Amino acid sequence: MASAYLELIRIRFLMMLAYRVNYYSGIIIYAINIGAYYFLWKAIYGDADTLQGFTVAQITTYVAVSWMGRAFYFNNLDREISNDVRDGSLAVQMTRPYNYLIVKMMQGFGEGLFRFGLFMIPGMLVVSLLFPITFPSDPVRYVVFIVMLWFSFLINSQLNILTGLFAFFVENNEGMMRMKRVLVDLLSGVVLPIAFFPSWAKPVLDWLPFPAITYLPSSVFTGRLNGADVWQALLVQVVWFAVLIIPIMAMWRSARRRLFVQGG
Amino acid sequence: MSFTLSLFREYIANYLKTKLTYRADFWVEVLSDLLFSAVNLVFIFVVFLHTPDLMGWTEAEVVFVYGYFMLAFGVFSTFFNLWNFSERYIVKGEMDRVLTRPAHSLVQIMLENVDPPSMVGGLVGLAIMGTSWATLGLPFDWYDPIMLLVMVIGSVMIYGGLYTSLAAISFYSDAPTGIVPLMFNIQNYGRYPVQIFNKGIRFLLSWVLPFAFVGVYPASFFLDRHRDLTMSLLTPVVGVIVATIGLTIWNRGIRKYRGAGS
Repeated sequence: MASAYLELIRIRFLMMLAYRVNYYSGIIIYAINIGAYYFLWKAIYGDADTLQGFTVAQITTYVAVSWMGRAFYFNNLDREISNDVRDGSLAVQMTRPYNYLIVKMMQGFGEGLFRFGLFMIPGMLVVSLLFPITFPSDPVRYVVFIVMLWFSFLINSQLNILTGLFAFFVENNEGMMRMKRVLVDLLSGVVLPIAFFPSWAKPVLDWLPFPAITYLPSSVFTGRLNGADVWQALLVQVVWFAVLIIPIMAMWRSARRRLFVQGG
Repeated sequence: MSFTLSLFREYIANYLKTKLTYRADFWVEVLSDLLFSAVNLVFIFVVFLHTPDLMGWTEAEVVFVYGYFMLAFGVFSTFFNLWNFSERYIVKGEMDRVLTRPAHSLVQIMLENVDPPSMVGGLVGLAIMGTSWATLGLPFDWYDPIMLLVMVIGSVMIYGGLYTSLAAISFYSDAPTGIVPLMFNIQNYGRYPVQIFNKGIRFLLSWVLPFAFVGVYPASFFLDRHRDLTMSLLTPVVGVIVATIGLTIWNRGIRKYRGAGS
């Protein structure tokens, strides 16, 4: 059974590889976005050396690594699942001897693998030529960062699966998927580091899974978290990953009970 | 012209009939459009918690520019909903049907895809401009509403011309290009005062891809402290130029069109 799942990763990876040209323009688009925020932040800082503990160099690195992290963990599992529900092909998939959600997750891995090697890494190289980014010198930090990015991917995919499964319960979850995307970008810290949020918002965000997607790994990469704080950040991610399994299982159970397929 | 206007009325009536069946969709679309702008506004508000000004621009001024952008973009997206042009008209061959009819092909396609929910974002932009207007205590002159109308028409013509040119590329090449998303992201630069960018980008936004004319330049006409009379008054001129280029590329492209063969 495990080999079948591994095969799914391979197939999705190869499929993405066939469309790799589309992702070259993706690198340019991400560089354009990073550029916009780079100039904005420079103007925001003006003469100030630090804001909320960020130096200009740190915020530049933060913006670049956050967007490039997004290049890796982003996927369309929500849309894929909701399409499967709406066009009824989910019914066929459910008769097959595998777990549909694990299949989706594996396809996500395949896409993630592609995005990591052919989007994020080359993108990071391009961006580091364009903007003054400071890379950490400690190799351990890179290892921890990659592990945390892995959990970013898992948590983001879990949220995507949850959003996709809503297609069982509402007629049209298109708007919900679009809203989720915008909200994740804001609340995870891609658009704005959580440290800059107003003081009433920060404790609220501590109880939400979003900062675990971008803010925590990027804080480790920029060197804002050190020592024990790094491990605590990783622990927060692990806990969110575990906690999010519960609503997914609950939704999947009640969704299967609701499912009825027209025609076919 | 009156023929086109009568078509417009018919298409809108048709749109309302189909959309009233799915009222929830309408509001969901409006809401998700607004959320996108809300995130950008949150960025501006939060940033100004930490700095008094952005290279001399105060919070209300930056928000005013953003409101103008929303207004122009709302009007533009209502009428130029060409995002899936290549997919729908070229790949699926619907262009053949359009070309057999007497009205101009671009007008038909604009009308078929008219998207009133986008107008709500434009109205919110107008409200934001009004609020910032009051906050800034700007004087209200009799010609301001007329100038606003002229500026918005100019800005919409710039966007319309640019995206019409991009849509017309599908007449020449059927390969899906990443140009439209590319353009969409560069366009975001126009929402902020151009003064924050370096010389190269400023030049690009003014004279190559004139997105600064859909934001800071026309808006500066109303902001006394930042008024750049030359650049703001150039908005309708640039609009006419870009729209003419777009229409020319479109009309030439139509002649190249050979059908998908389906």
